[in-house]
Parts: sequence; structure tokens; C-alpha cells
Amino acid sequence: MLLGPLSSMRNFGTVIEMMIPITFTGLAVSIMFQAAQFNLASEGSFFMGAVAAAAVATKLSLPPVLSIMVCLLVGAVAGAFVCAIPAILKARFNASEMVSSLMLNYVVLFLGLFILNFFLRDPSFGMLASFPLPDGSKLIHFIPKTRIHAGLFIAVVLVIVTYLFLYKTKSGYSIRTLGQNAKFAHYSGIGVGGAIVSSQMIGGAVAGLGGSVELLGMYDRFQWTSLPGYGWDGVIIAILARNKPQYVPLAAFFLAYLRIGSGIMARVTDVPSELIIIIQSIMIMLITAQALLGKLKHKLVVKETIANGNPS
Amino acid sequence: MDILQMNEISKVYGNGIYANRRVNFSVCEGEIHALVGENGAGKSTLMKVLFGLEKPDSGQIIVKGTPVSFQSPQDAMAIGIGMVHQHFMLVPSLSVTENVTLGFEPMGKAFIDRKTARKKVQELSDTFDLKIDLDMPASKLAVGIKQKVEILKALYRGARILILDEPTAVLTPQETVELFIQLKALKEKGFTVIFISHKLREIKQLTDRVSVMRRGELVASVNTEDVSEEEISSMMIGGGYSGHIVKSPAVPKENLVEIKDVKWKDRNSVPVVNGVTFSVRAGEIVGIAGVEGNGQDELIEMITGLKRYDSGEIQMFGSSIKNEEISSLRERGMSYIPSDRMTLGVATSMSIENNLISTKINDPSIYSGKLLSASKIAQLSAKLVSDFRIKCGSSKTEVSMLSGGNIQKVVVAREFTQNARLIIAEQPTRGIDVGAAEFIHNKLVELRDSGCGVLLVSADLDELTKLSDSIIVLHNGQISAYIENVSAVSEIELGHYMLGVNKQSASDIGRAYHTK
Amino acid sequence: METLVSLIFTTDFISSVIRVTTPILLATMAVLVSSRAGVLNISIEGTMLFSALMGVVGSSYTGSAWLGLLIAVISGVAFSYLLAFFHLRLKTDVILTGIALNLFSSGFTVFLLFMLTGDKGVSTKLASKVLPNINIPFIEDIPVLGKIISGQNFLTYAAVISVIALHIFLRKTRTGTYIRAVGESPEAVATAGKSVNNIRQTALLISGGLAGLGGAFMSMAYLSMFTKDMIAGRGFIALAAEAMGMSNPFLSFLASLLFGFADALSNNLQLINIPSELTRVVPYLLTIIALAIYAARAKAKSKS
Repeated sequence: MLLGPLSSMRNFGTVIEMMIPITFTGLAVSIMFQAAQFNLASEGSFFMGAVAAAAVATKLSLPPVLSIMVCLLVGAVAGAFVCAIPAILKARFNASEMVSSLMLNYVVLFLGLFILNFFLRDPSFGMLASFPLPDGSKLIHFIPKTRIHAGLFIAVVLVIVTYLFLYKTKSGYSIRTLGQNAKFAHYSGIGVGGAIVSSQMIGGAVAGLGGSVELLGMYDRFQWTSLPGYGWDGVIIAILARNKPQYVPLAAFFLAYLRIGSGIMARVTDVPSELIIIIQSIMIMLITAQALLGKLKHKLVVKETIANGNPS
Repeated sequence: MDILQMNEISKVYGNGIYANRRVNFSVCEGEIHALVGENGAGKSTLMKVLFGLEKPDSGQIIVKGTPVSFQSPQDAMAIGIGMVHQHFMLVPSLSVTENVTLGFEPMGKAFIDRKTARKKVQELSDTFDLKIDLDMPASKLAVGIKQKVEILKALYRGARILILDEPTAVLTPQETVELFIQLKALKEKGFTVIFISHKLREIKQLTDRVSVMRRGELVASVNTEDVSEEEISSMMIGGGYSGHIVKSPAVPKENLVEIKDVKWKDRNSVPVVNGVTFSVRAGEIVGIAGVEGNGQDELIEMITGLKRYDSGEIQMFGSSIKNEEISSLRERGMSYIPSDRMTLGVATSMSIENNLISTKINDPSIYSGKLLSASKIAQLSAKLVSDFRIKCGSSKTEVSMLSGGNIQKVVVAREFTQNARLIIAEQPTRGIDVGAAEFIHNKLVELRDSGCGVLLVSADLDELTKLSDSIIVLHNGQISAYIENVSAVSEIELGHYMLGVNKQSASDIGRAYHTK
Repeated sequence: METLVSLIFTTDFISSVIRVTTPILLATMAVLVSSRAGVLNISIEGTMLFSALMGVVGSSYTGSAWLGLLIAVISGVAFSYLLAFFHLRLKTDVILTGIALNLFSSGFTVFLLFMLTGDKGVSTKLASKVLPNINIPFIEDIPVLGKIISGQNFLTYAAVISVIALHIFLRKTRTGTYIRAVGESPEAVATAGKSVNNIRQTALLISGGLAGLGGAFMSMAYLSMFTKDMIAGRGFIALAAEAMGMSNPFLSFLASLLFGFADALSNNLQLINIPSELTRVVPYLLTIIALAIYAARAKAKSKS
């Protein structure tokens, strides 16, 4: 399990392939968590982003490069739209974004399946799936023997852009300040409602973009019939990365490595790959266990202060 | 004989600051013992240690000759120590009886035996003459009554040593008188009382002995009748602050804020601000005096855009703020030092830098191109840290690591450098050391002289009378006096207006609003 | 429209509302106990899922539905202990821990199911038992009403009783009083010398037990087996129902009936040629709308 993913180029390739979508959702959740908005609809945004991209790719016959760009754009917009719903309910009515986003995921799933079944479905295909995506709308695979696709570059660029956005722009500062102390943000003259909505819409757009990238990079048809779970992975990654975009790729790689490793292990041995989910959950809880850290810190400070005899 | 001794107690908080430093404190049986000191001197921490809420990092507690060690308040209570906290520890929806018996309810077979509980509490309240409606939920009680419930609670739990943490801070004068009678009665019955306060007059009135704390250390324990108020005061402050502010007469100019017949009712339709009219002009400091809870907090919240007024009108810089957000008021030149600095004034989990730029985020001088410039922010912060003498490791330090006084300096440094035309300062020096207070006072005067209007709210009458050019006194949500010549008014006179004993005529009060 | 009306006003429909309300109601009561103690327990979803599986496993290995139920409840309590341990002792963030526990449950149930049966989706290979429906003498003979009230599952009655029991527990017992006190003013409880953590832990364990009942209902009454991720958001709907019921057992009961109604409606709408994708949206969409209306009203009431 530890070395499995390194055993061949193909296996290592799958790690990178797996890392791409969860980098997107990891960034999406990080942005929302930085604003202390517990919106969990990145799952729905990711799904809707893929549905929207599938619709554009199969219904509009656009020239090759343009098609990709429109797919990605529409995917991002669809994702933003999904996450905007809990955001607006929170900003306007103070409704818990967590509960409404959890419900929204189900709404989005069934709505997406409805669109798939009634508008995109290829009746000649054996299973429930869309018409095939035209080649001109697919992202290129650029490393032989793997399916690593151009989405990797988009992900890398997005990590940098997200970092700059959060730490170097006014909106990013507003979002971070909102997350640390909403009352202080309001008092300081920061538009709290705007930051609540913008953080979640941007997060949703990133997740939606991820969904469309995943579809165009990895699939021939849209054929998800349940939520793919990448939104939840995004939550794990955001926690591991402590909501810092610069650490997201690292956390995404780590998680993807574990996933693929456990998948290989499941094929070789009898241990099912779900084992990894258990390990992940325990990891999250241990990482968030502040008490372990906090206690240590206090003891150190006290020791130091008493040793230095420092009055204040 | 000493019923209680605390020897060499030290307590260090997470930010590395000594709250208590080798404190030796002792109390005799059957006395009322005052523990005084400025805010942040370490009184509350010492008492938390005594009540088992905090564990000391070193030192020993001896009660009635036996060394004790408290793991929790329960241990302290078992030995007969009870505490009435400054912030009441009552469960809002539970009745008085339920609150008093909380944790020690008489039990029936499966359920709480309410009849016995009520009877026991009734007996207790009769014995100590604390008259309370025992079936009322705590949320509906007046402040003075809540305090009685707290005392009853301590007695019910078998306290022989009662700690009262600034009990009179929230009381009306009548309630204070009543409390003192009750405390003296308790003393007659052999109870020991530790009375935390910084109101010197009360200490002289009530207590037998007084211990003074300063900066975490216990500096003196003396018989109360042997010292004067002035002597206690100088022990508390440790000398050095002449308290003198050099200030020329004000040269007021145009009105910056005009408040006309503003009213606000709380959710129970109680009028909290009930028709207030005044103005603040450029180049003057207008002080607002009033006992806590007479509408000043709400008035300031309305002026700063944190709260909407029900009726009347507020104009700032010539236009109505009826529907304005705090952001646009700030843009137009308002700056605001809030009393609740920890929740409003800073984000404690962010760095000093991030706290300093929160109101300057539209200022192009911290950007290079379209992006925030780390070096420009660091430069600005370093300047403010040194100008305002913020004691910290670096400007990247988290605000939560600073002491209360230094946190206030962060707020002040930000708000004083906004190029504001109007500064609203609420309790600007509460809980900070004298040097810093003097610095802030001088800054306020300096800003006034440069043409700023200042609206100052302070619970510290001394501060108010020294700084203000004119004073508005609020009582029951209305202006009870407008004092134009501050140097001609005594604190006693002010107190009478604050307590509603006296009230000026409508025409005198009307002068608080200046027509050009 | 007429078909819709004739659909709703049948005893079968009303009876099915009560049936589908049961797991939501139990989950809502589970949320209620913990939130009265001041802990937002979002791991109810995962707790129910875990208990649903353990009920099936337990009943198939012991051969008794009742022992299976007991095992489901114990599993719910044990699962909640995890939340209590991490949140209260190790001071983890309650929401993040709840999310982690839900993920854990989702993976662990499949893992366990696979280890026991070699199947990753359903538990048909386990010969699990079903909890009985109960006919109430006399009441079952009343026309219309009898058909609705009598003959429901044992756990449906248990759920209704849990509402009343919880009400009495919170008001009359010592522990219940402490739970309310600790939710409103933890300092008051701490200064009374009681451990805030211990009280919250008790509340969480009770919450886990109730969620365990809800999980058992899903796999031992609603269906007669465990299927992957079978709770399908009911634990989350309970969060909304509890909020709308303002943490009051009886009002929360009414709120969960509303969601049960939506759930039953969505099941029945499929019968009248509306695409199933759309009918299945109904309960979730209704939750969002109801939550928004509730929040808007709460906001209008509380004047800031």
C-alpha cells in the first residue's frame, strides 16, 4: 500500500489524475471555510459543473478550443449558482448554510439526473449516459501511458490565483476577516453580506470548474448517477491544508496517494479499499484535536515565563 | 485569626503574562475584606484561583489552618467558599429556585423534589431577608435581584466565605445601599466577605481591611480606617500619573453630527433611548456621562450605524444616516473606538498587521498595483507599533497574544490614523495602564485641536471631566443635563444628574443642540 | 390535481406519512437532546447509518430482532461516544468532527459489510430480522383512525413515546435540568461544580441511542436489510426539523411530520407519472424552503 502507487508510471499517473479534481474541491472548500461559511454544496457544484459542461459539449457544436473554454466557463457558472443558494439564504435570512447546502446536494443530484435522463441521454447507449463528448471538447492527455490531462495546469494556475486572491486582494482580506470575526468585519466597514455571498459563489465556481475539467479530462460521456464524493474530499483536504490554498495540492496528493494505494491493495489482497476512508476520518479528527496542541503550548509558555521571570 | 491564607500564588496565562505573581493574601474570620486594584491588576484571577476555577502555577492555599488544593469549584464550595461573579451565572430559563439549587437539588425517587427545594430556598431567603419571587425565571429578574439570587445560591451551597466580584458595578445607588446592609448582616452572623471593587468610597464605607493589588502583585494589606481614599488610590496606581491634561479652550466650528429626538425601543418595547437631541461640533470634545445601562451604548450604536433608530433623525456631515452602513460612514470620515474591544475592535486570531489595516483596506498606499503589498503593510504597521508603543514581538504577532492594554493600543492606533473628522471613543482607556491612558488622552486633545470632533463616552468621571469641553448626562434614555462649562461642575453634581436626582430645565438641555 | 388530492386523503397515505416520519422523528429527538446541551451534533446521519448496519448484523447473528435492536442502540451510543471524546476531551471542532464521523460511517459500514458478506452494496446475504408491527386492541377496530394509528411498527410508537419521555426528562429530572442549563449557561453549571463536559457527554450518548433507534428502523422496519448510504440525508433533515421546532420536543415533532409528509408525497407522486427524479427532490427542496422561511421569521422577530 505504501509503495504501490510508485510501482509503475501508470499507477503514479492515476494518483495525479485523482489529485486533479480534489485539488479543485479542496480549494473551493478552503475559500468558503476561510470565510467560516460551512457550505458543503461543493459536492453539488462539482456535479452540476460536469452536467453543465456535458450539456454544452454535446448540445452546442462549437469549434474545438472554444468549446472547451465555453464548457469550463459554463461549468464554473453552474457551480457558482449552486453554492449561491445557501449563501443568499444565509446573508438574507441568516439560514444555516450548512443544513441548506446538505439538502441542496440531493436536490442538485436529482435535478442533474433529470436533465441527463430527459435532455442529454443517448438512447442508443446501454446505460444511462449522455451522448458522447466530441473530441474537440476534451482536454488533451499529455503524458503517454497515463491519463494525466491538461486540467493539471488549470489546477496549478488556480492554486496560485486562489492564494493571491485570498492574501493579496481586498475581497480576499474581507473574506478572511469575516471568517475570523464577523462582528469585527462589520464594525470595520467590510461588507459582511457581500463577503458571505462572494466567498461561497467563488468557492462554488471553483468546484463547478473542477467538475467540468474532470468530465472533459477523464470521460467520454457524462454518466454519473450519484454524487461522486469529491466535494467531501474537498472538506478533508481543506482541513488537512488548514484552509491554506498553498497547501491544498500537497494535501490532495497525499489523499490521492492513499486512495490509489488502498485501491491497489484491495486488488492484491482481501482488504477492501474502504479501509482508507476509516483511516482518513481518524486522521482528520486527530489533526483537528486542538487540545493536544493547546495544552502543550500553555505548559511551554508558563515554563518560559517563569524561567525568564518576565513580568509582562 | 486567619480563616484563609494564600501563599506565594503565581498564575501565568497562555500569552505569557503574569496574572498573579507570588501573591500573599490573607483574610480574618468574620471581616469584610476589600480587594482593590485597577482593571487587569489580577484581582479576578486571584479569586478564580481561590474558587477553584483556575489552577495556580505555583503557591499554596490554606483554609482554617489546613492546606487545600482545589480541582474544581466543587472542592472550594465543599470547604465553604462561595463566589458571586461579576457576570451573573444564572440559567435564563430556570426559575430562581432551580437556579439556587442547581447542582444540589433535593431528589425524589426519579425526579427533582420541587416542593422540598422551594421550601429550603424559601427558608434561606427568609433567614437572610433576601426577598425574591422564587418561581420567576431568571431572565425576567432585575439586575439587583439577580445578585440576591447569586448570594442566595452561595449560601445554599453552604458558603462561609463569600467572594463578591465588583458587585456594585451594575447596581443603582439604592440597590447598593441595600446590598451593604445585607453584607453587614452577614458579617454579624459570622460570615467572612471578600469584596472586590475599585470604588474607594464604598470600600471606606463597608470594609474592615483592604488589600491592594497592582500589576499582578499584592502591594499592601491594611486596616481600612487607617488609610484615606487618596492613600488607597496612590497604592493602586503606584504614583506617576499626575492626571493633568494640558489643553487650551476649545474652538468649536460647524456641526459634524446632529442628533434630533432619536428614539429606540428594545424587543420588549421598553424605550431605551427616549428622545435625545444634541450635536457635536468640529474642534470640541463632547463627553457623555451616565450610569451603565442608561442608553449610552445604544445611542452610540445608532450613531455609528451598528443599530437603526426607530424614530427621530441623525445627520452626519450634513446628510442622514438612516439607511447608511458603517462602511459609508467610515468613508465619509467617522472613526470609532468601541467599548467592547475584544469582539468588535479586533479579530484576536489575526495578526496585528491584519487588525491595523481593516479600516484602511481601500487605501491605495498599502497596494502595489492591484495587489496588497506585504512590505508596505509591514512598514505601516511598524510605524504604528512604534508610534503607539504597542508592546509585541513583531507586527506579525497574533493579537490574542497581547495584553488587554496593548490590544486597546492596536484599536486606537488604527482608529486615530484614519484622517477622521469625527472620532467616537467609548471607554478608550478602560483597563489599560496609566502611561498608555495619558498617551491616548493627549492624542484625543491633539486631534481636537487639529479640527476633529470627538464624542467621548466614559464610565470614568475623572477622565470625562478632564477631557471634555462639554458634557451631556444621560439618565433613563434622556438627557438630564448639558454642562457647557465642565470645570465649574463637581463630580457630586454630575452624580446627581446621572442618578436622576436633579434634572436641568428643557431650555438648558436644548442648548446641547447647536444651531449654527 | 384531482389525482393528487385523492392520493393524499387516503388512510394509506396518512399511514405512510407516519411510517416515513418515524426515522426523521427519532433523528430529530437525537439532535434535540444534544443541541439542548449546546452541542450541534451533525453526525446523527452517520450514527444512524452505523446503527442500521449493526442492527442487521446483530439480528442475523443472534437470530433475534430485539437483540438486534439492542445492538443497534448500543452501537449508536458507542458511535456518539466518539464524537463526545474528540469534541469534548480533545477539543476538536464539532462540525468538522461531525463531518469526519459521517465520512467514517459511510466507509466503515461498507467495509464491515464487505468483510462479513463480500458484498459492498446490500446485506441480503445476512438473514436479518424485522421488528414487528403492533396492532393495538380496540383502537384497531375504530374505522379510518384505527387503520392509521394501529398496526404501525413498534419503533413508530417508541418514537412518539420518546417525544413525551424527552419532555419529561428535560423538565423533571436532574440530568435533564443540567442538560438544559449547560446549553443556556455553561458557566452557571461549571460554577455549581458540575462538569460541563460530563453533562454534554451524557446528552450526546442519549442522542446516539435515539439515533440508533432511528437507524434500526431504517434497516429493520422501513426496509428489511441494510443498503449502502441508506439514511439518505434524514439525519440532516432532522437538523432542520429541530431548528424549526425551536428545540421544543412537541414543536419539533410537528416539524418532522411536515418532512415525513413531503417524503411520503414524493414516494406517492411517482405513482402518477411525474418523473421520479423530480419527485425525489420534494423533501429536500421543502426542507430548504421551510428552513429559509423559518430563518426569515426568526430574523424578523429578533430585532438587532
